[in-house]
Amino acid sequence: MKKIGLFLALALISTAAFCQTSLSGAGATFPLPFYNMAFEQYTKATGEKVTYGGIGSGGGIRSLSDKVVDFGASDAFLSDKELREMPAPVVHIPTCSGAVVVAFNIPGVEAIKLTPAVLVDIFMGKIKNWDDASLKRLNPSVKFPNLAITVVYRSDGSGTTNMFTDYLTKVSKEWATKLGAGKTVKWLTGIGAKGNPGVAGTIKETKGAIGYVGSEYSFAQKIPTAYLQNKAGKFIRPSIASISAAGKSSIPADTRIMLTNSDAALAYPISGFTWILIYKDQDYANRSLAQAQATIKLMEYMLGPNAQKIASSVNYAPLPASVVKQAKAILRSVTYKGKPVIK
Amino acid sequence: MNSDKILKNILFIASLLILLISGAMVFSLVRGSMTSIHEFGWKFLFSSEWNPTKGEEEYGALLFIAGTLFTSVLALVIALPLAFSTSLFVAEYFRNTRMASIVSTLVDLLAGIPSIIYGLWGFYILRPFIVSIGLTPQGYGIFTSGLILAIMIVPYATSLSNTTIMMVSNELKEAAYSLGATRLEVIWNVILPNARSGITASYVLAFGRALGETLAVTMLIGNANIIPTGLFSTGNTMASVIANQFGEASGLQLSALIEIGLLLFVITTIINAVGKFIIKRFA
Repeated sequence: MKKIGLFLALALISTAAFCQTSLSGAGATFPLPFYNMAFEQYTKATGEKVTYGGIGSGGGIRSLSDKVVDFGASDAFLSDKELREMPAPVVHIPTCSGAVVVAFNIPGVEAIKLTPAVLVDIFMGKIKNWDDASLKRLNPSVKFPNLAITVVYRSDGSGTTNMFTDYLTKVSKEWATKLGAGKTVKWLTGIGAKGNPGVAGTIKETKGAIGYVGSEYSFAQKIPTAYLQNKAGKFIRPSIASISAAGKSSIPADTRIMLTNSDAALAYPISGFTWILIYKDQDYANRSLAQAQATIKLMEYMLGPNAQKIASSVNYAPLPASVVKQAKAILRSVTYKGKPVIK
Repeated sequence: MNSDKILKNILFIASLLILLISGAMVFSLVRGSMTSIHEFGWKFLFSSEWNPTKGEEEYGALLFIAGTLFTSVLALVIALPLAFSTSLFVAEYFRNTRMASIVSTLVDLLAGIPSIIYGLWGFYILRPFIVSIGLTPQGYGIFTSGLILAIMIVPYATSLSNTTIMMVSNELKEAAYSLGATRLEVIWNVILPNARSGITASYVLAFGRALGETLAVTMLIGNANIIPTGLFSTGNTMASVIANQFGEASGLQLSALIEIGLLLFVITTIINAVGKFIIKRFA
């Protein structure tokens, strides 16, 4: 017994000596499958341990603001006001794109086309039945049944809701004044369900239901989704390519932009980045220079081709090359005690 | 120090710890809800506005209080006859028989089933059934949640009533039988008056349990932030709005959610106190 104990103690000491630094982050659940896989590969490649807690974007920002993590992650960028409320300047590093798809359950119907106006009317409760004339006009080949529409939305606060309502706010004045955008809004009609699985499950089990789901979840589950008309007037099927295309428009230097309603010709209109947030000066909460360097190295890995390939393998859209370039420029601006961490 | 004293000290510390923990919970709930209390005051209790849109934030608990009370009362109304007849079956008619022990074990088993299982069963079996018999078009709402809650609280309502019904003294019952009373008369005139405090208290405690149930209700109530307009209307409850929105809430919304938690704590405490009072007063 004693020998085993001694051996375990030795093993612990030696592993502790091997991993000089270990990084921890927390935040958005949306990119969780991507981050889990990418961090695992990173640990395999470098021996450095990365732990990530999917506690929600709000929780991630709180953890970063409390300075208990090396990085936070969020589906929504911090507003100017939120940035000012952080204890120190924070930079945004985009890691991949995702989208919100419109899923539906109409018996016998596999695909439908929707315009922004019709989408808004459905989610505001103005179009109440699937045999509505405006739906028939858009989809002349589809035989819609006489079936009541049940809107399904996220009952929990979510970046998915934020992206979806941000889009509806951009395309409809009425939506902007009556509901607005946010992680939860005051819905006028329908029922709520918790999480992507909750919404997708409720849609699947409820005839006549329509709702919105994170693209990564819908792609993995192969849920029937609606074609949406984008700003250029084209009806776009949500896919990794069309989501990635949304990033091919002009992006501000700090990458803080909602890509919804992108003007790129082939863009799926409800797409957006997800970000990792780090402090611009890495010297906080007694962190060492090594810790700061490890953080930046991890960020560089996330932007690199290996991690971006992992992203598309788990149904996220990789960043366009132009955005990767911008993100790398942001990383070069990160400092430790005033000096750049990398050149 | 002798062993008696040591034990006494340990027990004292242990009970003090429980007291401290509950005190700390109340303290942190109150502290967390301060922002919301300052912002809304008493209006929080009577407003049914729940608008988390930035810039127009306004929160009120009324619709959640209404949803919680509606589902719990409905659950109690449905559970009452079930629990009462089970108690009579187990503790009186088939007392000490094999059948009674099987039934009471099964009922106790219901209490051990995790609430997610109730939720899933409700979602995949009960809800489609309610749709298929044409009660509501999509099956979510007060009625479905109340039904599931009723099944969940039956074991809580029966176990205490079983004990009190069994505790009614045999002399009293035998005396009534010797006067020519029928079994029904014995139940109405001897057992019920003697056991009523325990029975009532067990229903009150079961009601308290229904108030706080979260997961199964969240899956079935529809999570629509409206005051329920009828038996088949959708709605939302206090516990389920907290479970749903806590993760991504911040600022005023977070504080409002914590205040709802505080309210739920207060309501449950009152219900439990009423239960204790009934036991004491009428026992």
